[in-house]
Amino acid sequence: MSKNKKIKSGVIVACIIIFVSVAVWYLIHTNIPVLEPKGTIGLKERNLLLFALALSAVVVIPVFFMLFSFVWRYRESKPKGKYSPEFDHSRPIEALWWLIPSILIAILSVVTWNSSHTLDPYQPIASKTPQMTIQVVAMDWKWLFIYPKQQIASVNYVFMPINTPVDFEITSDSVMNSFWIPQLGGQIYAMPGMFSQLHLMATSQGNFSGSSANISGRGFAGMTFVAHAASEQSFLNWVKNVVKTPDHLTLSAYARLNRPSENNPVAYYSKPANNLFVGIISRYMSLNSTASGNNSHSYNSAPTTEMMQ
Amino acid sequence: MIEFANLLGKLSFNQLPQDPVTAGGAATVVGGVLAVAVALTYFRRWKWLWKEWLTSLDPKRIGVMYIVVAVVMLVRAGVDALMMRAQQATSVGSSHGFLSSNHFQQIFSAHGTIMIFFVAMGLMFGLINLVMPMQIGSRDVAFPFLNSIAFWLFFSGVVLVNLSLVIGSFSAAGWLAYPPLSELRYSPGVGVDYWIWSLEVAGIGSLLSGINFLTTIITMRCKGMSLMKMPMFVWSVMGAMTLVVFAFPILTVTLTLLYLDRTFGMHFFTAGGGGNMMMYVNLIWAWGHPEVYILILPAFGVFSEVVATLSRKRLFGYTSMVWAIWAIVLLSFTVWLHHFFTMGAGADVNGFFGITTMIIAVPTGVKIFNWLFTMYRGRILLATPMWWFIGFIVLFTIGGVAGVLLAIPPVDFQLHNSLFLVAHFHTMIVSGVLFGYFAAVTYWYPKFTGFRLNERLGGYAFWCWLIGFILAFVPLYILGLMGATRRLDHYSASTGWWPLFIVAGIGAGIIAIGLATQILQVIVSIVQRKANQDNTGDPWNGRTLEWSTPSPAPFYNFAITPEVDSRDPFWAMKQARKKNEKHEPLVYQAINLPKNSAIGIYIGIFSFLIGFGAVWHILWLCIVGLIGAVSSLLVRSYTKDTERHISATELKELDHKARTNPKEGYA
Repeated sequence: MSKNKKIKSGVIVACIIIFVSVAVWYLIHTNIPVLEPKGTIGLKERNLLLFALALSAVVVIPVFFMLFSFVWRYRESKPKGKYSPEFDHSRPIEALWWLIPSILIAILSVVTWNSSHTLDPYQPIASKTPQMTIQVVAMDWKWLFIYPKQQIASVNYVFMPINTPVDFEITSDSVMNSFWIPQLGGQIYAMPGMFSQLHLMATSQGNFSGSSANISGRGFAGMTFVAHAASEQSFLNWVKNVVKTPDHLTLSAYARLNRPSENNPVAYYSKPANNLFVGIISRYMSLNSTASGNNSHSYNSAPTTEMMQ
Repeated sequence: MIEFANLLGKLSFNQLPQDPVTAGGAATVVGGVLAVAVALTYFRRWKWLWKEWLTSLDPKRIGVMYIVVAVVMLVRAGVDALMMRAQQATSVGSSHGFLSSNHFQQIFSAHGTIMIFFVAMGLMFGLINLVMPMQIGSRDVAFPFLNSIAFWLFFSGVVLVNLSLVIGSFSAAGWLAYPPLSELRYSPGVGVDYWIWSLEVAGIGSLLSGINFLTTIITMRCKGMSLMKMPMFVWSVMGAMTLVVFAFPILTVTLTLLYLDRTFGMHFFTAGGGGNMMMYVNLIWAWGHPEVYILILPAFGVFSEVVATLSRKRLFGYTSMVWAIWAIVLLSFTVWLHHFFTMGAGADVNGFFGITTMIIAVPTGVKIFNWLFTMYRGRILLATPMWWFIGFIVLFTIGGVAGVLLAIPPVDFQLHNSLFLVAHFHTMIVSGVLFGYFAAVTYWYPKFTGFRLNERLGGYAFWCWLIGFILAFVPLYILGLMGATRRLDHYSASTGWWPLFIVAGIGAGIIAIGLATQILQVIVSIVQRKANQDNTGDPWNGRTLEWSTPSPAPFYNFAITPEVDSRDPFWAMKQARKKNEKHEPLVYQAINLPKNSAIGIYIGIFSFLIGFGAVWHILWLCIVGLIGAVSSLLVRSYTKDTERHISATELKELDHKARTNPKEGYA
């Protein structure tokens, strides 16, 4: 290598090292929610991710090793190894690489099947604490959280006691959205006229950001909310406060809220209308209505059990 | 619906661009078209263009036209990408960037649509047209006129997509336009209709191409070329075209149903009224997943050719490769649900589709190992196509791991629709499809122009693309894990995403430099064409039949149709020549080739009118287009004089000229 070339490659290596170290330093000091979960489901999903990543390394490392060593060894300008232009198949070798990936995939398939069942978002989380239900409605462009038992509702803010399994029951009163709190666990779609469920449980206190992961129109980027997790006691205090809110989520208040709005501030309501959540779903289920903003009729028709599954 | 009766439908002057950014886009389109028109007039090239190119039924000419259009579209959709990155790098906290959210959404919808349908598909059909007939020792495709129609339908789709910049607006509902967002109630403008009709028109073109190429491979192989002697590129095209034939009708029907919803108030996919939006999502991915393999299989075929030739070795594991292709073809129809595990279908369904998805990793892995072993004990020429291959293996493996993670439903719940997903599919499509087609263009370029591409600039372009890609997309993987979803035109400063978006923006800029370098490479190579001239017809020491012809390949491909008895027939021929085996004397026979026809263009224009009329609800225009297209077809069907005859002596002279006195190429 000439001196010039040495300096050049030295500079390149130095630049790469500096860049990578700055990047690593930054990432260490940044919060990466999916990798630093604060909930039981998120933790299991993270571990599954790392397991699959490790298993993939079994294939990736040999591929990289073979690629670089073959290119180096057999390059035409300075070849080292033998040249066998007719060497074009080998049963045992080919069998090997049908077999090894197949074994890995077989292992991964078992893991996939089992985890699909244990981490099924519809599956209640086993816990001594009884589970709590929060109904979630995706709207243009905000999230409404209804606490049917506590008789309160909130917009773009959800409070959940820690170590209490929460059953999020989800629908949309507009287009499709996806309900996601990365630090607590995976997402599920919010679909009009349909009912989906997501079970999550926060294990430590904090404010976790949530958002819609599916494009829903003009105000989509502003559809963020805060998921606050704190002790049971502070949850009860919070409920006590919100119950006192003079704004009742009546049908007409709901109709007003339902008008499209962007970057909606946090809001609280008390006394949500009876069967509001079920009513929102069934509005899209009737065959002769296209739910074209007609909020005047009452929300009494309960969905069938079949639909709730 | 009422507007259908109006003379101009929904069209009005209000539909022209109103703000500076959109006006800039419109001006670029109009200015570009005008500049080309002026240049053609100034250099008096209209007649040449019409005779030599536009009306040609020669698959090589049609192939070049596909590639030219695809490259122009690559630039356009690349500018879209730069605008998105610029917006995301500047729209944080109190700053809101330079694009409105609706405009931003139009841009990413256009970026995805154009990159898949008009860049990747265009490059693919272009290459197939150029290379496949020659590799099977044929002079033409099975249906040359159909080929022309398919190209012009593709082109009409291109025109419709770009016209939306000038009149009206484009869809803001994402590249797959999920309802109910894409339904009339939530997307009342013409944007989604532009999207529907450009894909309807181009999609029918794709289907016709699929039928054409599949038939060509089955019926037009030269003597001695049994299926198991076909070059691997031909096998991969056969797999991909099988997918086209089965998948594209699904797209056409799905788009039609969406249009019926939007225009005639039907309820296939609406929210309420008995519609089911998830039916659309299922249907669109039943086409969409095979589509991924439609794009990537031919690129796999390209790599198989490039690696074998540039390693100076036979392709390793030919039979495995063939089985791997067909395993992928079959499996690609069994995995569509993995695009929406988060629909909440239940554990059994998700588990099933997760597993089928992973199984695809097996044949794909086999292909990678076979390529690596093709290099083993070879003599590897590190030319640009080989660099693209090396870049492909590195990135594709990383993207593949990300894909396996996404295939596990519970992990997907955490990554779906995040920038991690965006990074994953860009890794697969850019490294797999785009790098593959770049390798192909560099590799086959001398065959169709008569001179090679500048190696040094090719190398620079590769490194820009590789480094740019890593800088642009590694941050996206991390951003996904940080909870950044795709398609955000704004985010809060507290997220900590901003530095990563800046890095991603810089990466996109470096990719843009790479693309500019490639364009420069072509220009420089044309200027220096004498220095790079390929007099042998075989610049890479090739193995397959196309290299046995002079460069540029004559319009009849082969003066004498070849006969083959082994897998790498040209390599075998060269070995035999070395051994001084006796040649049989050349016997020329008269041939017939299709004459030029302008009817393909007319059908393209009429189809454009149908599309335009349907977008703007101009009934009479649709009717004119329909009658025009059908009668053009009828006229062609009753034309008897469609072939030109080349006598044996004429052919002998042409062949002699081509072999002793290679031209400078098309340029």
